[in-house]
Amino acid sequence: MAKSKRRRRFILGSLGAVGALAIGWAAWPSRQRLIPGKPLALAPGQSALNGWVKVGTDNTITLMLAAAEMGQGASTGLAALLAEEMDADFAQVRFEQAGYDGIYTNQAMIIENNPMFTEEDQGLAKRATRRVLSRVLREVPGLWITGGSSSIRDQFGPLRQAGASARAMLIGAAAAQWQVPASECRSENSRVLHTSGKSASYGELAAAAALQALPETVALKDPAQFKLIGKPLRRLDNMAKIHGTAAFGIDASPPGLLYASIAMCPTVGGKVARFDASAAEKLPGVRKIVMLDPVAGGLASYGVTPGGVAVIADTPWHATRALVQVKIDWDHGAAATLSSKAIFDQLTSALDRETGKAHFAHGDAAGAMQSAARTVSAEYRVPFIAHAPMEPMNCTAQFKDGAATVWVSHQGPGVARDAVAKALGVGNDKVEIRLGFLGGGFGRRFFVDVVVQAARLARETAGAPVQLIWSRENDIAHDYYRPAFVSRFKAGFDSAGKLVALQATSAGSSMGNPGFMDPATEGASNTAYTFPNVRVAHVTVETAVPTGIWRSVNHSQNAFFTESFIDECATALGQDPIALRTTLLADDPRHLRVLARAAELSNWKQPFNPPADGVKRARGVAIHDSFGSIVAQVAEIAVTAEKQIRVERVVCVIDCGLAVNPNLIRQQMESAIVFGLSAALHGEITLENGQVQQSNFHDYAPLRMNECPVIEVDIIPSNAPPGGVGEPGTPPIAPAVANAVFAATGARLRSLPLKLS
Amino acid sequence: MTTLKLNGKTVEVNAEPDTPLLWVLRAELHLVGTKFGCGKALCGACTVHLDGAAVRSCVTPLAAAGDKEISTIEGVSGTQIDALRAAWTDIDVVQCGYCQSGQLMSACALLKQNPNPSDADIDAAMSGNICRCGTYPRIRAAIHQAAKVAGA
Repeated sequence: MAKSKRRRRFILGSLGAVGALAIGWAAWPSRQRLIPGKPLALAPGQSALNGWVKVGTDNTITLMLAAAEMGQGASTGLAALLAEEMDADFAQVRFEQAGYDGIYTNQAMIIENNPMFTEEDQGLAKRATRRVLSRVLREVPGLWITGGSSSIRDQFGPLRQAGASARAMLIGAAAAQWQVPASECRSENSRVLHTSGKSASYGELAAAAALQALPETVALKDPAQFKLIGKPLRRLDNMAKIHGTAAFGIDASPPGLLYASIAMCPTVGGKVARFDASAAEKLPGVRKIVMLDPVAGGLASYGVTPGGVAVIADTPWHATRALVQVKIDWDHGAAATLSSKAIFDQLTSALDRETGKAHFAHGDAAGAMQSAARTVSAEYRVPFIAHAPMEPMNCTAQFKDGAATVWVSHQGPGVARDAVAKALGVGNDKVEIRLGFLGGGFGRRFFVDVVVQAARLARETAGAPVQLIWSRENDIAHDYYRPAFVSRFKAGFDSAGKLVALQATSAGSSMGNPGFMDPATEGASNTAYTFPNVRVAHVTVETAVPTGIWRSVNHSQNAFFTESFIDECATALGQDPIALRTTLLADDPRHLRVLARAAELSNWKQPFNPPADGVKRARGVAIHDSFGSIVAQVAEIAVTAEKQIRVERVVCVIDCGLAVNPNLIRQQMESAIVFGLSAALHGEITLENGQVQQSNFHDYAPLRMNECPVIEVDIIPSNAPPGGVGEPGTPPIAPAVANAVFAATGARLRSLPLKLS
Repeated sequence: MTTLKLNGKTVEVNAEPDTPLLWVLRAELHLVGTKFGCGKALCGACTVHLDGAAVRSCVTPLAAAGDKEISTIEGVSGTQIDALRAAWTDIDVVQCGYCQSGQLMSACALLKQNPNPSDADIDAAMSGNICRCGTYPRIRAAIHQAAKVAGA
C-alpha cells in the first residue's frame, strides 16, 4: 500500500519482545552496544578492545560473532563491517562465537521486523518507542538470535562503531608510545603508521590499546572510503567446509559419548501409552531405554516437545538397531482422525463464515467493490511444508555435578540454554551451550524440541554425554511446519479498467505465536502496491498440527497469493503483467527500478520462438519486498508434452540497500530461489489419520541438480541502509513460476505445489 | 575386529559387520567429515569412495567394504580433489556446508571417471546429492572449472 497508508493497526510481538517489555525499563541508563556486561574471555596474547573484537599479539583479529552461521554467510559479512572501520587486514580476521551479553541482543529482529516499526513514518511516538525498546533490549542477555534476515541490519551500526573505536584506541596507543599527536598517525592493513615513517602492527599495539579509554565519539567512514564493504569477499568458512573439518552440532564428540535414537508417536500430538523394551534391552551396545513425556511449549520456546521412547547405546547403530525392537503402544490422542482434507475444509469454512480480523484497511473496500463495474475473484492455497535442513535434528548433552554442557546447532542459543535449564531444573547459569556451524536452519532451529529431549536423556547416563540424533523420518514427521493457508482475493475495477478495490482474507494457523500477535498477513497487507480502497484480513485457525516459521515466514505464502492475483488482474484487464505492476507501483521509485531492471535483463518483451516438440516456454514475473529488501524475479519455464514444469532460467534483481558483500547476496538469492522452488514444485506435507504421510527425501523431495535452473542475479547499486538478504529471495519465486505456467499454458495454478497433471 | 584400508592406512575397528560404514567412520573413528543426512542413500551427504567409486556409506555395511580402499573427505587426495577444492573456493560454492563433503566426493569420483563432463554428465553424477542451500549452480560451474584445470 502507499507509504502514507502503510500504517498498521496492530502491534505485533516478535520472539521475546513481550517478555522484555515487561521489565521496568526506566531503571537502566543508556549505553552504547560496545561495552559488554562481562569482560570477554581472552586467550594468551589476546586483548579485548571492546565487546566485539579481540586482537592477538600474532595480529589475528577475532570478531565476537553474535550470529549463528547457517550458510547465510553472517560470519563473513559481519567480519567485514568490523574490519572495514578498523582498517584491518581481512586475511587476519577470525571469528568466535559470542556469549550472552545484552550488547549482542538482536534488536533488528525484534524491532525492525516488527511491522509497527518498519514504517517510513518516523513520527515522534514511534521514534521514542523504538528508542526505549532498543534500550531495554540492550539489557537483556541471551537474546542473540539469528533469523529474520537481520544480522547485518542489526550489527551494521554496532560493529562499525566497534571497529572505529578499536582503530582509534590502536592509534592512541601508538601515538602515546611514539609521543606524537594521534592526528599524525593513520591506519592501514592492520598497522598504525606515523608521518615519520614509524609503524607498528595492531598485534604489537593491542595490549596498550586495551588500556586506552573508549573514545566518546568516532567518525564512521563515508561509503566512498569503503575498502571491504561492497567487495565480494570470499567466505571465511570455505576452508573448513571443503576439508570436512567444520564442526557442526552433530560433530561434537566429547570423551565417553553415548548415542540415542528416539521413536515418537506417528500421530501429531500423540504420546506413548506403554512400551515393552525387554527384547531391545538385551541387544549389544544398549545402555538404557527411556520413556519421555511430551513437554508443553512456551512463548519463548514455542512448540510442544514430543514425547517418545529413546534408546541410549554405545553407537548410533546400536541405538537405531535396538529401537526397532522396542514394542510401543501409542496413545494417538485427539488428532487421530485429522487429515489434510479436513484441515482445508476447516479453513474454507472459516472463510465462508467469517470476514476475519482486518490487519490493514484503507478507504471503503466493501462499498467500492459493490459499485465496481467488474470484479475478479480467486482462491489460493498452500499446503503444510517441512524445513528439512541437511543436518538432521540432533543435540549432545552432558549433565554432571549439577551443570550441563550442550552442543547443538541452534538459531537462538540463549533460548536453547533456557530450555535446557528448565528441563534439568537448574539455573541457566549452570548451562553452557556450545554452538558450532549449523547444517541449515531455515527457521527450524529456533525450536527446542530435540534440545529438551537430549537434556532429559542426559539425566539418565550418570554424567556421560549423550548425542540424540533424529532420523530423517523423525525430522519429516515431527517438524513445526509452515502452516497450510487458504486465501481469497477479490478485486473491483471501474468502467475505465482502473483497479479501485481489493479485498483479501486468509485463514490458517499461526506460526507458533499466540493469535493476538499473529503476523499472518505480512507480505499481503503491507505490499508496495497502491489501491484506493483495500481490506486485508485474516482468520486464525489453529489445528493440532505443530506449525512454525519457515524461511521468509508469512511472506512465503502471501507473496504467492498476492503476486498470483495481481497477474490475474492483469489478465482480466488484458494488460501486460509488468505494465500493471508498474501502474500500481507508481509511487515507489525503488520498486519501479527493480521491476524495470528485471524486465530488461530477462528480455521480457521478446517472445519465445513457437513451441517445438510440444514444449511450451514462457516467462512469469513477481516482485515482493520483505525484511528490508525488494526482489523481482522473472522465471523462464518450459512445459513438456507430458505436462511437466521445468524452470530453466531465473533472473533475479534485488535492491537491498547498501550491498555489504555482493558475493554473499548472490549466494543468498540463488539459495532462496532453489529453496523456494523446492516448495513451489514439490513441497507438500499431507496428513491422514493424524499422521504425516511423507518420511524422507523420496517423498518430500527437495530440488536436485538436474532440476536447477540457471540463475542470474543483479544487485541495484545503493547507499541506503542495508536490508536483509537471507530470506527476501524466497517469496517471489513460486508466483513467478505460477505466472509463467499461466503464460505458457493458460492454466492458472492456484495451489502449491504447482502441478499441471 | 575388522581390518579396513582407510585413507591410505590400515585400521582395525570393533564395529559389528552389519554396521553402516558411516557410523564406523563417525562414531568409532571420529572421522566426522562424512555426514549423516537421510540413512537411505537418498541425499548423498555420506558419500565416500570405495576403490575410487562414490558410494553412500549410510547403506554400505562394514562387511561390504572388504579389502577395498576407502577414502573420506579427510583423506581423499589427487589432482581431481585439489582442482575441485580450488574451484570450490574460487567460486565460493559453500553455504551451510553440511552436504559439501558428499558433493566433493561425488564430484571427485565423477572427474576420475570422466575428466571432461558435460552438463548432462554432471546432472547424472550429482543429482543424488541434495543441497538445501541451493549451491547447485556453483557446484556445476566449479566442476567445469576443475575439469579444465585438472585436465590441463
